[in-house]
Amino acid sequence: MLLIDVIVTILLGAGMFFMFIGAIGLLRFPDFYTRLHATGKCDTLGEGLIIAGLIIYHLFHYPGIPLVAVKLLILFIFIFIANPTATHTIVKAAYNKGLKPWRLGEGRR
Amino acid sequence: MISMFLVIGLLIVVTILLCLYRAVVGPGVFNRVAAVNVIGTKTVVLLVIMGYCFERPLFFDISLLYAMLNFIGTLVFAKYLERGELCF
Amino acid sequence: MEVGGGEKMNRREKAFGIVVTFSIMFLFWLLLSGFFDAFHLIIGGICSAIVALISHDLLVRGKGEKMVLKSFRLLLYIPWELWQIVLANFDVAYRVLHPKMPIDPLVIEFETSLRGDFALVTLANSITLTPGTITIFVEPEKGKFWVHALAKEHANAHLVDKTMQRKVADVFMEW
Repeated sequence: MLLIDVIVTILLGAGMFFMFIGAIGLLRFPDFYTRLHATGKCDTLGEGLIIAGLIIYHLFHYPGIPLVAVKLLILFIFIFIANPTATHTIVKAAYNKGLKPWRLGEGRR
Repeated sequence: MISMFLVIGLLIVVTILLCLYRAVVGPGVFNRVAAVNVIGTKTVVLLVIMGYCFERPLFFDISLLYAMLNFIGTLVFAKYLERGELCF
Repeated sequence: MEVGGGEKMNRREKAFGIVVTFSIMFLFWLLLSGFFDAFHLIIGGICSAIVALISHDLLVRGKGEKMVLKSFRLLLYIPWELWQIVLANFDVAYRVLHPKMPIDPLVIEFETSLRGDFALVTLANSITLTPGTITIFVEPEKGKFWVHALAKEHANAHLVDKTMQRKVADVFMEW
């Protein structure tokens, strides 16, 4: 039991680290497109790691109901497909409306 | 183990508050839409962790549904901002 | 308003679409509900049948050649992609936390040899998931991609190396 607890703690900690990186990137970056770089990817990976940790925790602490792990797996796959698509749609809308990307040396927007 | 889940949930709430700054300040509407999408994705994970804290298996269905609603909401918003109307 | 491309589907494609949609819907019903007694199975069958009859042409189009082989190759491609995602996310974390923030964004465009719908979507998703690049626009006729890159190394990985395009073309056999 102790080994499973250590693995789950490591996975949850790594997922939490990436979600913090996503939120800090949203605040620090100077332009709309670069902010979406930070959140659209680090957020997805952080959530994936947290849900993977929870799947392992569930399989070892509640072995009687394996269907809930399948539900979490469906959520995992859905987040990996849906988050990049939503990011791409927003970037396409902004680009077609004429929002210019940031080049090195300009001021913050 | 349950106390560690509570700590992780608290940290997720802190990141949501950090994103709220961009939702309020962000110059223009696109920054705000991106921030709201991020808050929605973080809420999904928060719901799953709360499901384990309170030992209720119903929270996973709610989180799956909210993930889909958040995705479709962001797509509809982006389509409206690009075209100026929803139907053609 | 035309949906589904407007072409007429013959009876064989219609039956194939209905059967595949019904099986996918029923599989999801079984996985998500958790009850396996007769009452729930019958209600699940009726609901899946109604949904399959109404919207069978949204999910499946025609037969598609060599679907099983392509799905198998896709399953082999996914672990490599997950490893690339984890590796490159550390790179973005380094750029976010560095006090000087060494980024140099630029917009590039390149052509690929992919033409099918599923192959273009897979490549666009992979490009958006590996950090450093976001897909802006995809042109399906010539396979052109407009991509916003975060630094010169990420842009060169798609213009010069072309590793990801070769791998996706290997999966879908569309050289």
